Amino acid sequence: MNQALLFSVFVVASCGLAYELIAGALSSYLLGDSVMQFSTVIGCYLFAMGIGSWLSRYVERHLVARFVQVELIVGVLGGYSAAGLFFIFVWFSAPFKLALYLAVFAIGVLVGLEIPLIMRILKRDLSFKDVVSQVLTFDYLGALAVSILFPLLLVPHLGLVRSGLLFGLLNVLVALWALWLFRAQLHNAAWLRTQAFVSLAVLAGGFAAAGQFTTLAEAHLYADEVVYTEATPYQRIVLTRWKDDLRLFLNNNLQFSSRDEYRYHEALVHPGLSTLPGARRVLVLGGGDGLAAREILKYPQVESVTVVDLDPAMTQLFSTAAPLRKLNADALLSPRVSVVNEDALQWLEENDDSFDFVVVDFPDPSNFAIGKLYSAAFYRLLEKHLSAGALAVIQSTSPLYARQSFWCVVSTLESVGFVTTPYHALVPSFGEWGFVLAGRRAYKPPAAYPVDTRFLTPETTPALFQFPKDMARVDAEVNRLNNQVLVRYFESEWRQVIR
Amino acid sequence: MERREFLATLAAAGLASLPGCGSPPRPPLPPGDLLGSAMDLGHRLRAGDLPPPAETRRVPVLIVGAGIGGLAAGWKLARSGFTDFLIVELEGEAGGNSRSGRNEVGAYPLAAHYLPLPTREATAVRELLAELGVLQGDPRAARPRYDERYLCATPQERLYRNGWWQDGVLPLLGVSAAERQQYRRFFALMEAFRQRRDGASRAFALPMELSSRAADLLALDTLSMRDWLLAQGFDAPQLHWYVDYACRDDYGTGLAEVSAWAGIHYFACRNGEAQDAASDTVLTTPGGNGWLAQGMAQSIAARAGDRLLSGALAFRVGAADGRMSVDLWRPAQQRSLRLVAEQLIWAAPLFLVPHVFAGQAALKAAARHYSHAPWLVANLTLARFPEQRAGASTAWDNVLHDSPGLGYVVSTHQQMRQHAGATVFTYYRALSGMTPQEGRAVLQETPREAWAEQILAELERPHPDIRQLTTRLDVHCNGHAMARPLPGLIWGQARRLFAADAPRLRFAHADASGFSLFEEAQYRGVLAAERTLRRLGKPFTSSLS
Repeated sequence: MNQALLFSVFVVASCGLAYELIAGALSSYLLGDSVMQFSTVIGCYLFAMGIGSWLSRYVERHLVARFVQVELIVGVLGGYSAAGLFFIFVWFSAPFKLALYLAVFAIGVLVGLEIPLIMRILKRDLSFKDVVSQVLTFDYLGALAVSILFPLLLVPHLGLVRSGLLFGLLNVLVALWALWLFRAQLHNAAWLRTQAFVSLAVLAGGFAAAGQFTTLAEAHLYADEVVYTEATPYQRIVLTRWKDDLRLFLNNNLQFSSRDEYRYHEALVHPGLSTLPGARRVLVLGGGDGLAAREILKYPQVESVTVVDLDPAMTQLFSTAAPLRKLNADALLSPRVSVVNEDALQWLEENDDSFDFVVVDFPDPSNFAIGKLYSAAFYRLLEKHLSAGALAVIQSTSPLYARQSFWCVVSTLESVGFVTTPYHALVPSFGEWGFVLAGRRAYKPPAAYPVDTRFLTPETTPALFQFPKDMARVDAEVNRLNNQVLVRYFESEWRQVIR
Repeated sequence: MERREFLATLAAAGLASLPGCGSPPRPPLPPGDLLGSAMDLGHRLRAGDLPPPAETRRVPVLIVGAGIGGLAAGWKLARSGFTDFLIVELEGEAGGNSRSGRNEVGAYPLAAHYLPLPTREATAVRELLAELGVLQGDPRAARPRYDERYLCATPQERLYRNGWWQDGVLPLLGVSAAERQQYRRFFALMEAFRQRRDGASRAFALPMELSSRAADLLALDTLSMRDWLLAQGFDAPQLHWYVDYACRDDYGTGLAEVSAWAGIHYFACRNGEAQDAASDTVLTTPGGNGWLAQGMAQSIAARAGDRLLSGALAFRVGAADGRMSVDLWRPAQQRSLRLVAEQLIWAAPLFLVPHVFAGQAALKAAARHYSHAPWLVANLTLARFPEQRAGASTAWDNVLHDSPGLGYVVSTHQQMRQHAGATVFTYYRALSGMTPQEGRAVLQETPREAWAEQILAELERPHPDIRQLTTRLDVHCNGHAMARPLPGLIWGQARRLFAADAPRLRFAHADASGFSLFEEAQYRGVLAAERTLRRLGKPFTSSLS
């Protein structure tokens, strides 16, 4: 029986350390700053264990029954700690820290109770010297086992939520085992057994449902209801809705929010196109959402809009789904619009058409593949498709958050002979956003907009072209295929923003 | 590894791939071909049973071999306004080690796949690049501008080691401070060699003919690269791996066999710079170096018309009445042809000399000083890019550590595409670690399926799903891919004999330099053309001074 109890010390110690590690890992995963999170979580936990040990003096009778109950509470509370904290973080982000330290404290107190109780149970048969040496040996062995298994096996294979539930189950099994070992000494064994089986069922159910639970919680990280998802060969398309706000995410990056996308698309199209009364043929590279096309179609002189977007699923979605068709005013179905589902680069290489206005609306240069679409070689190719007085406009990331990246796009356009006019606009869901107009001649901003706008006015337009001190031009190298400096600038600048 | 042991490994790999041997079911091996460099014809040459010529033709200048050496000779003749020449080639097309293949994905290399930025002294290379429009502006400028499409796109190279991809080929992760200290000392020493000049000559020039002949430098050609490293106190295992990789990559044989002069030349000869690229950037295209061979062939065709006779095996070279005669076997016609030339430029590998030349005992004996490394190249056509282990993103050249192969280059790397779709990986392997004779026997005895199995197993480590994505796997064997610069070859008498001029015969193959680099082959070709023009009394402007 003593060996059995010593083994349960091993299990109990494992579980105790596991809860501590789970809380530390979860808080550093969700809050960042892992040194701070681990240090405070461990400190709070150890302090709570001290309190638990001190409280154990008040447990005077029914030691085994109390031990069983402590195990059951620890099992359920600790087992669900990761899941619960994750839920609290996702649904009510504010009291997360309070909940975290409360949970850590509660579990710590209960774990602090366990070992003194076991030592007192064992003391009936063993000398004090043996109790201390054997219990503490198994206590530390259990801690060692978990500290090795936790990062190597448990977190990679089970994840935090399921690892937590697994240790909860172990605590309950120890309780059940204790009930069986001491079945002769217990008065209310049946009642305790019922409690244990209920705990076991609660934890096992949680373990079985953990997969769905995680998806649910992660879906909630999108903040809003996910109304559409599709994984295409090119990207993952996710559409979310909250009240009247539709948001499009491609590979988890926000592309637009229907609440303020008009600011982005008006700023993208009108400063350039409104100065080209003779523009007949317009090209949109990227922009399979049809929102830039919607703005372009406002100009009656435009005869054709060619939208080149690689992903047929995107243009299909935005020409069939009712709320999206409403958003782009059926732009992709307009007889003036032709959709080409091809690789923009390949299409430019294999096509000789020239255009009076070109909108270049690619994703931000976050990897080497997309970085090619911002290279001098690409702009040289683009230049061949511009008619005599044509302009191109390039979405160029944020001049505020990624200042050198933005000016790198400007330097690169200039390196192939373009006259550039950089400007910026505030799009609340993105922040301060940048664009560059490129042409063969100097550009003059419009004195009036010949089309309806919600954001732009002739009076406020000059301000778009003024760069405050914190966005003013900085030196940047030319982005070439053989150096890809833009991707490096972009990575280091956005990394700092995210921190 | 012994050949027997090697074959046993292959057999084991073949058995393991049989169904029902415990492993999960695997997709069948992708289809493909086993292609050799006209191996059967070469063997007929050895057998010596080719019929005597039924027809004789005369040509003022005859070039045997349409690899880079032969093409460069023709290119220089044509550029100098001399068009009375013929280039004969054993294979169906020109290009030699710079040939490329093409399929529905695009072009891919069959062997050599890059050209480093040319050195200051590689004047003929610069002249060619300027003609092809790749080097822009003054071809002799210290830092010319190059066409961006030919400069290798970032990232250029990465290394797979211990389950992780790192940037660059020099092993860095988990390498001790002491080893890194050796790295620094090694590269400082190589930099000193790169800077060193003895009078007008650089210590290690490219072309090598222009190198200093200082005694301490030539002495480096008497010991192996490994012995030299150890003598300098370099014993760091990862440094040895890196230098060994470089030797296998450029010379087809490891650092234990390569001469220290050649080993150091690899690191110390290059000083090319560019206005628009870092100095370690290389020039490359989807088809590897195919564009260089095709560029010279087109330049010749534009100036001199069709000067190539392909599918013709030169099987006897003789001299009579003050002229050179070359007997050719043309398998398509099933008959032999004798070409009688005033001037002969031999631009084929030197291992053929003992089998082909009549008389010429000194040349034959010198040719026997050479040994040639067997190589294997495989082209894997992939439906899309495979998954990969963590670390650095896909580069142009992807090197595998602790692997019999050198790694692979990605044919679509230079493509301007938004989305990387289907591609061709070209896998390289020098059959080093055994004698060339053993390597050639392995090449001859191993079926394509065994190679395919082995290569896929090797590439599955960094790319777990590559087997499912490979739609075709062609294997190319070359039993004599390149001369091996063993100690004594480069600065010995044998090689110097082939580098010398004679009244009617000269050699225009990289073998005359002792190692196979584009710059060497092109230099030998241009040099042979200029010597020929001089003998014929034709005016020309030298590309070499």
